[in-house]
Amino acid sequence: MNNKIVEVNDLVKYFDVKSGFFTGKINEVKAVDNISFEIAKGESLGLVGQSGCGKTTTARIMTLLEEKTSGSIKFFDSKSNTMIDLDEIKDEDIQSFRSQVQMIFQDPYESLNPRWNIKNIVSEPLNIHNLGTESDRVEAVLEMLRTVGITPPENYLERYPHELSGGQRQRVSIARALIMKPSFVICDEPTSMLDVSIRISIMDLMLNLAKDLGVSYLYITHDLAVARYMCERIAVMYNGKILEIADTEELLSNPIHPYTKRLISSIPIPDPNYKRIKYELDFTEVNNIINKSKKTGMIEVSKNHFISSNDFSDDLQ
Amino acid sequence: MSNTLEVKNLTMEYETLEGNVSAVQDVSFAIKKGESFGLVGESGCGKSSVAMSLLKLQADNGQIKDGEILINGSDIVPLSEKQLRKVRWNNISIVFQGAMNAWNPVIKIGEQIREALREHFPEKTKKENYEKMVNLFQLVGLDPDVLERFPHELSGGMKQRAVIALALSCDPDIIIADEPTTALDVVIQDQILNELKKIQKQLGLSVLYISHDISVIAEMTDYMAVMYAGRVIEKGPTKEIFSKPLHSYTRLLLESTPSVIGKKKKLYSLDGEPPSLIEPISGCSFASRCPKPTNDCKNGDIDMELIEVSDNHWVDQCCVKCG
Amino acid sequence: MNIKTEKKNKIFTPTFKKNWILFRQNTMGRIGLFIIVFFALLALVQPLFFISGYWPENVYDPVVGYDALEVELIIVKCPKNNEYPTEKYEEADDCPGPGEISDRMVMPFVPNAKVGDYYETFLQPAPPSKDHWLGTDSLGRDVFSQIMEGSQVAFMLGFISATLSVGIATLLGTIAAFWGGRVDAYLMRQSDLILMLPQLPLLLIMAALYRFKVWHLALVLGILGGFGGLVISVKSQALQVKVKPFVDSARVTGGTKFKIMTSHILPNVAPIALLFMVFGVTGAIFAESTLSYLGLLNIDMSWGMMIYLAQTDGYIFSGLRYWWLVLPAGLSVTFLSGGFYLVGRGLDDVFNPRLRRR
Repeated sequence: MNNKIVEVNDLVKYFDVKSGFFTGKINEVKAVDNISFEIAKGESLGLVGQSGCGKTTTARIMTLLEEKTSGSIKFFDSKSNTMIDLDEIKDEDIQSFRSQVQMIFQDPYESLNPRWNIKNIVSEPLNIHNLGTESDRVEAVLEMLRTVGITPPENYLERYPHELSGGQRQRVSIARALIMKPSFVICDEPTSMLDVSIRISIMDLMLNLAKDLGVSYLYITHDLAVARYMCERIAVMYNGKILEIADTEELLSNPIHPYTKRLISSIPIPDPNYKRIKYELDFTEVNNIINKSKKTGMIEVSKNHFISSNDFSDDLQ
Repeated sequence: MSNTLEVKNLTMEYETLEGNVSAVQDVSFAIKKGESFGLVGESGCGKSSVAMSLLKLQADNGQIKDGEILINGSDIVPLSEKQLRKVRWNNISIVFQGAMNAWNPVIKIGEQIREALREHFPEKTKKENYEKMVNLFQLVGLDPDVLERFPHELSGGMKQRAVIALALSCDPDIIIADEPTTALDVVIQDQILNELKKIQKQLGLSVLYISHDISVIAEMTDYMAVMYAGRVIEKGPTKEIFSKPLHSYTRLLLESTPSVIGKKKKLYSLDGEPPSLIEPISGCSFASRCPKPTNDCKNGDIDMELIEVSDNHWVDQCCVKCG
Repeated sequence: MNIKTEKKNKIFTPTFKKNWILFRQNTMGRIGLFIIVFFALLALVQPLFFISGYWPENVYDPVVGYDALEVELIIVKCPKNNEYPTEKYEEADDCPGPGEISDRMVMPFVPNAKVGDYYETFLQPAPPSKDHWLGTDSLGRDVFSQIMEGSQVAFMLGFISATLSVGIATLLGTIAAFWGGRVDAYLMRQSDLILMLPQLPLLLIMAALYRFKVWHLALVLGILGGFGGLVISVKSQALQVKVKPFVDSARVTGGTKFKIMTSHILPNVAPIALLFMVFGVTGAIFAESTLSYLGLLNIDMSWGMMIYLAQTDGYIFSGLRYWWLVLPAGLSVTFLSGGFYLVGRGLDDVFNPRLRRR
C-alpha cells in the first residue's frame, strides 16, 4: 500500500555560469547533484548540511519556485489519491498542488509583507483558493491563530508584522502555512533566526501540529541537534549530494560515512565535563562498503540506513 | 595572579528616538591572566554592548554612565581618545561578530595587518613586521602567502583566522571574541575554536568569549556569566553553573538546548521576549517570564544584587530564595 | 478583490504617524514643506481674493487687469551731451532723474510744455506700493496676482506630469522586474532610448510643431518621463522586493503573477515611487518656465511667461531698476523647485532607513 507522501528521484539542478552577453556557458554550478529520497505520510525528514550544500535549492525546487534540470518529483495528491509526477501536472492542477504543499521560511522579519495586517496575511491562502465566505475565513484565521499560540487572536487581526516579536511572526507564518491543512510542509530553518530560549516552543508547536493534522515535514537545517529534536529520519547533504540517510537515532549512534562522523564530532556539547573526541577523516571503511556492493546510487548498510556510493575522499580532504 | 580585566558596576545607555535604552546595568566581572571567561545571553541582553564598551568603541549615541573598566589595574573609562589608542590592540583587542566582513576588499590582507603594527610599533622595520606577521599566521594556521591575497580570495574560515591574527598582532593581554564563529560551518567552527584554545595556552592569553550558544561557552571557558536584559544574573565557574544552575533563566538556557549526544530528552522553552530596556524595571527583570516566580519577584520588591552562594558562584537575589 | 481595498485603507495608518515624526525631524524636509505650503497658499488664496471682492477683477486679474496708475513728473531741460557735469547732474545718465522727465520726451505730445511744469503720465511698470505689493508690469497688471496665478500653473503642471510619469514608470518597472526575460529586456532598451533623447531640444521641436497649452505640456512631460529613466530606478527597487521571502511565500501559496505583483510588490515599491514623484515636480516646473521664457508655450500667465514678457519689453537688463518684473518670478521658480527637492530629501530619510542617523 502506498505510504509515501513525496518521492524524489535523481533530482538534479545545475546553474549555468555565463560571462558577458554573447559568451555562452563557461561553467556549471552543481547545486543539487542527483539526490533521491522519500518521505512517508506523517513522517518528518531532516535535511542537514552546511551552507551551500544545496538544501535550500532542493526546497525551492520542490515548491516549484525554481525549475529542476532533471529528475522526478512525485507527490501524493489527495484529490486523485495517487502519486502524481510534477512533470505531468496540468495547469489547473497546480492550484491543487499548492494547497497541499506549503513552505515555512527562515527569516521571520522578511517572510511577512510589512504592509499587510495579520488577518490578510493568514487568510491569503484561503482568498487565493477561493475557500469559504469572508466570515468563514475570519473564523478560520482566528482558529488558526489560537492554535499556534497567538492569543487572544482577535487583538492581533488588525496588527502589523512590525508590532510582533520574532517568535510571534514565525507563529503567524506557521498559521498561514497550515491554514489550508496541507499534507506536506517544507520548513527552511524556521528557528535559526530566533532566540535560543524560544526555539523549543516553536518546534514543539510544529511537532504537535504534525501529530494533530497529520502533516509530513521536510525540515531543513544546518544544526544536527535541532534535526534530532524534530525529525524521525535525517539525510546528510554535502555539495549537492546526499551522503547518508538513516533513522535519527541510528544515524547519531552509528554513522558510517566519514563526513557524517566528522560532522557529529564537531558539534559543541553543552556539558563542560564532556570530552569530545576529534575525528580524523578515514575513508577505509566506507570505501570497502562501496567496493563490495558494486552498486550505484545509494547503498543500504542496514535497515533503512543508506550511504552514497560516490567517492568523496578528494572533496573532503 | 592579578586580574587582566576587571569590570566594576558598568552601566551604559543609548540615546534613541524613543528614549534612553539602559543596555548595560551594573555589570561586574573579572578575568585573571590566562583565564577564559564566557559571557552568555540572547539577543538584546547587552553582551555586545559590554564588549564594545571594553574598548570604548560603543556607538555614537552610547554613553558609559557609571562604572570602571580596569585593564591591568588601570581604569580606561576616563581616558581620552589619544590615550585609548595606546591601550587598544596593545593591551586589549577584539574579534568582532561578522569580522570576516570587516576586511577592506581592495587592500591586501598583509597590508591591513601591517597598518595595525605600524600604528603601535612605529620603530620597527618593515622586515621585522613581516616576520612577525608570518609568525602570527603560523600561529593561527595560515600559509604566509595569504598575506599577499585579497579578502575575496579567501574562504570564510581563512578570513576568520586572519582576523584572529589581526587581533593578536600587537600582543594584547586579553582578546574579546564576540560570536567569533557564528557564520561558519560547524566543522570550521570546531577547528577555529581549537586553534584559539591552543593559542591561548601558548601565549598565556586571557580570552573573553561572548556567545548566545551555551555549548561553545561550555567547551571553551573556565568561568562564565549569564546576562539578561542588561544585567548579569548569574556568574561563576563554568562547570559549577552547568551542574548547579541557580537562576531560572540559566536553567531555562540549559534546558532548551538540544544535544546530539546522550539520550534524547524533553526540552523546555519560553514564550515572549525580553522586556524593553527603555523604562526602568523595578525588581527582577525576568519575573514576567519566570516559570516559578514568588510573590516578591512579581511585586518587584527585591533589590537586584548578586549574592555569593558558594565559592565564587554568584546569583541574583531573587533566585536564591526560589532555590 | 477585498484584500486590495482593505489593504489600501490600512497602508497609511500604521506607519504614517511614525514616518511623519521622522520627517519632521529632518531640517531640510521641514524647510521644503514650509516653502511648498507657502506657495500652495498663494495658489489657493487668489480666487478667494477675487470672490470676496477684496481685489476688483478689472484691476487685479493677472492677464486682463489694468491699473491706470498715474504719476506726476516735473519737466526739466537736460543739458547737451558735452555740458556735463552740471550743478544738478553728474553725467548724462542722471538726467532726467527720479520724478523728472526731459522736455525733449514730452515735446512731441505736449508742444507747449515749459520747463518746471508738471506732466502727468501713466506709470507702467510701477514699483511696489500699498495697492500693488509687487508693483505692476508694463501693461499695468498686478505682479503679485501674476505670481499667484503662476503658482497655480506650477502646481497643476507639476502634479499632473509627475503623477503621470511616476504612475507609468512604476507600472512598467514592476512589470519589468517581475516578468523578466524578453519583457524586461524590451522595457530596458526602450528606457535607454528615451534617456538618450535630450529633453529640451525635443520639447522645442514639439513646441514648434504644435501649440502647447499647459495640460498638453503636462501630458508630454508625463509620458516622456514615464517611459524614461525612471523605469530603471523603479525596476531595481521592485527587484529588491521580489527576492524577499514574503513574495516567495505568496508564490508558494498559489498566487497568480498578476495578483502578487499588484498586492505584494507594488505596495512596497510605492514609497520610493512617491519619492521620485517629488523630484519629478521640480523637473516639470523648470521645463515649463524654460519653454515659456522662450515664448513657446500657449499659456496666459505663468512665471516663465513673466520673465519672457520682461525680456521682450526690454526690462531684463535694466538691472535692479525694474527688479519686480524679473526677481519675483525667477525666485518663485527657484524656491518652489527647491522646496520640492528638499521635501524629497526629507522623504529619502524616511524611506531609506540606512541613511538615518539613529
